[in-house]
Amino acid sequence: MADLTALEQLVPQVRRDILRMVHQVNSGHPGGSLGCTEFFAVLYNHMMEINEGFNMDGVGEDLFFLSNGHISPVYYSILARRGYFPVEELATFRKIDSRLQGHPTTHEELPGVRIASGSLGQGMSVAIGAALAKKLNKDSHLIYSLHGDGELQEGQNWEAIMYAAGNKVDNLIATIDWNGQQIDGATEDVLPLGDIGEKFRVFGWDTVEIKNGNDLASVVGGLEEAKSRTGKGKPVAVMLKTVMGNGVDFMMYTHAWHGKAPNDEQLATALEQNPATLGDY
Amino acid sequence: MKYTDQGKQDTRSGYGAGMTELGRTNPKVVALCADLVGSLKIQTFIDENPERFFQVGIAEANMMGIAAGLTIGGYIPFTGTFANFSTGRVYDQIRQSIAYSDKNVKICASHAGITLGEDGATHQILEDIGLMKMLPGMTVINPCDFNQTKAATLAIADWHGPVYLRFGRPKVANFTAPDQIFEIGKALTMQDGTDVTLVATGHLVWEALIAAENLANQGISAEVINIHTIKPLDEEALVRSARKTGCVVSCEEHNFLGGLGESVSRTLAQHLPTPQEFVATKDTFGESGTPAQLMEKYGLNNKSIEAAVLKVIKRKAQ
Repeated sequence: MADLTALEQLVPQVRRDILRMVHQVNSGHPGGSLGCTEFFAVLYNHMMEINEGFNMDGVGEDLFFLSNGHISPVYYSILARRGYFPVEELATFRKIDSRLQGHPTTHEELPGVRIASGSLGQGMSVAIGAALAKKLNKDSHLIYSLHGDGELQEGQNWEAIMYAAGNKVDNLIATIDWNGQQIDGATEDVLPLGDIGEKFRVFGWDTVEIKNGNDLASVVGGLEEAKSRTGKGKPVAVMLKTVMGNGVDFMMYTHAWHGKAPNDEQLATALEQNPATLGDY
Repeated sequence: MKYTDQGKQDTRSGYGAGMTELGRTNPKVVALCADLVGSLKIQTFIDENPERFFQVGIAEANMMGIAAGLTIGGYIPFTGTFANFSTGRVYDQIRQSIAYSDKNVKICASHAGITLGEDGATHQILEDIGLMKMLPGMTVINPCDFNQTKAATLAIADWHGPVYLRFGRPKVANFTAPDQIFEIGKALTMQDGTDVTLVATGHLVWEALIAAENLANQGISAEVINIHTIKPLDEEALVRSARKTGCVVSCEEHNFLGGLGESVSRTLAQHLPTPQEFVATKDTFGESGTPAQLMEKYGLNNKSIEAAVLKVIKRKAQ
């Protein structure tokens, strides 16, 4: 098992970044960001083979695509703390003239971001295209992507899911953040998704389930298992069960904090639950 | 007329010929298609470069996203399907994953406009130029014949940035030079004139040349400008010609809302207000029929251009 000490330090700091970023501009999406913190921490600091510096084409390294772009706070925090850009720049989130737009974009040339996302359902197609390019380039590195569970209501995903299986895109690990919540309520109430893993399997994917997506050891184990299944003729989907708002007690088990920032008092309470470990931006 | 028809051909075959050449000369070019290989005339490219062809099935949204992703590995993807399914159906995918993401994707669209013919209005898009020209950073090209479409296909591979390349289904006159160099954004003055400027794009360039010949017999000297690149528009060439002739007729196989004509109007309004008439569809859907019947009924042929010229010249005199 990997040494989780560094990751254990990183996680509460990223949560602080997320909370402070959305609080500062009284907007943004803390819920899904907090729920995916462990995933991002493991992905960028344990799983992915990443070259120094940033090159858009990313030849000779693993690449990641965020499809559910609204969880930009966690993405930006992780990218900054991985060294893609100065941590201080997190203070510009959602402000005028910033590279840290409300939803991620390549348009402002923020290092680490390779596609714009925000309008949902498009990232899996893009990830597949990048995976096909890897194969053309005879580059054995992997493509990772993240998608919301509610996002799977967008039909383009199913075109992509069908394509990836039919064309044996087996250098792709697509993770579904299965938190069961979306803006208007529980996915079960808004538009039931059924057994997402079974749907992927029926379409011809291999799947791995991470039952506790907010436990670092489980995420490491699950993603390593997923990686071991690549290169075997099937794309791999990871069912990552998370709790939206994880790490802040009053934000958990509800869709209420999907796209709402805490006020001053709420922020203070939330930060008390996530002590500074690496220094605030 | 100084141009002769070298034999009727479809512009989509010009695209196919261009792709064949790119397949042999540019190893970064990859092709995608949404179940319309025969219509897009790319079988030779596929036969010669099977590893660089991606059949995505009837899933255009996915095709646009995959194309965006392929650029991230350093490739130049050319997507292929009908114009209707290349634009309106996938507008948000193009907007976010390609245009806003600055991806070097070439969106190649066949069966544009009303000359698609018998399939009718579901497939005859007359709004695509407007849709695509409104996207920041998008280049919009509508070549006039087989030779120019082939040349344009080659040119866009060397042009960095997203491009919309629009071409058609029917066999039409092939009258431009086979070995032409295609300069993106450069208007071509096909014929000099002094009384009126015909600004035409796509299939309407040939119609404009015929109209100019007929007008010459009536003593009217028409300048014919081929605007193959609607965006970026060669504003200087337009203003120069309008200054000389004093009136303009724009000619396009597209709705007059959002098309070439409006780009011309905007340019002239800003730099040299000039009387203008529009040969275009007038905010309507098409219908089934032969291309010739439809061009006649919807006012898109040389006769319609002549009528518009007589009208705009009178306005100039007022």
